[in-house]
Amino acid sequence: MTLVVEWLSNLMLLIGGFFVLTGGIGAIRMPELYSRMHASSLTDTMGSMMVLGGLAVKAGFTLVTLKLGIVAVFLLFTSPVSAYALGNAALVAGYRPLADKSESAHGAESKS
Amino acid sequence: MLILAAALTSTWLIWSGMIKPLLFVLGAVSVVLTIIMAVRMRLLRKSVFALALLPRMFGFWTSLLIDIIKSNIAVAKIVLSPRLPIAPTLLRLKTPTPGAIGQATLANSITLSPGTITIDSHRGELLVHCVDQQSADELRAGNHGERVNRAVAGR
Repeated sequence: MTLVVEWLSNLMLLIGGFFVLTGGIGAIRMPELYSRMHASSLTDTMGSMMVLGGLAVKAGFTLVTLKLGIVAVFLLFTSPVSAYALGNAALVAGYRPLADKSESAHGAESKS
Repeated sequence: MLILAAALTSTWLIWSGMIKPLLFVLGAVSVVLTIIMAVRMRLLRKSVFALALLPRMFGFWTSLLIDIIKSNIAVAKIVLSPRLPIAPTLLRLKTPTPGAIGQATLANSITLSPGTITIDSHRGELLVHCVDQQSADELRAGNHGERVNRAVAGR
């Protein structure tokens, strides 16, 4: 039983780490701000949820688990607000999204 | 006010996790100070907290969680594929919910699922930036707004 719990939490931590890493790679690879924000939202949601969930499984039914759950809920409530603030500030500052260009032109740009 | 006091007290007890006289007195003082400030800011008159919505929100959160996991996998595929097949799209979305809480919930839940970010909310219209055509189509076709409406307004 403990072995199963241990491996489950390890698996969740591994998945969380994978998504955090993917978010970081995406933030570097994407061509402009708004697309970078899409990549970093991987880290915000799946990364944090899986890492905190894995730690909670490892901790068992203790006060630590309750705190981790509250941290996760707070993160899920606040991270979209900060993402909205960032995106809206960029929009208000006049930074136009790369949305009107056609797909092919965009693909050619990102290949280089 | 009593609800706020109870919530603050339980939060303090959970965070500190130990009951010593000093910590307990500090907690009581900060709870009282927070309530005084909240009353002076007239936060309690408006129903900002929307605690009454909480039971209905759980179903919505479950479906949102499934959405988040699905779109996480989709965006991770996009990021890790060598060609980086993105096609940024701007989408104007009418919100069916009139209230401020409903609009905030809808905008935040759109932002929360990767691949779509709400970048402007103005007079019941949301401007959503989507990373590729598929996520835009899902958002356009989906019943996201109706689900939020059901969770918030109970309709």
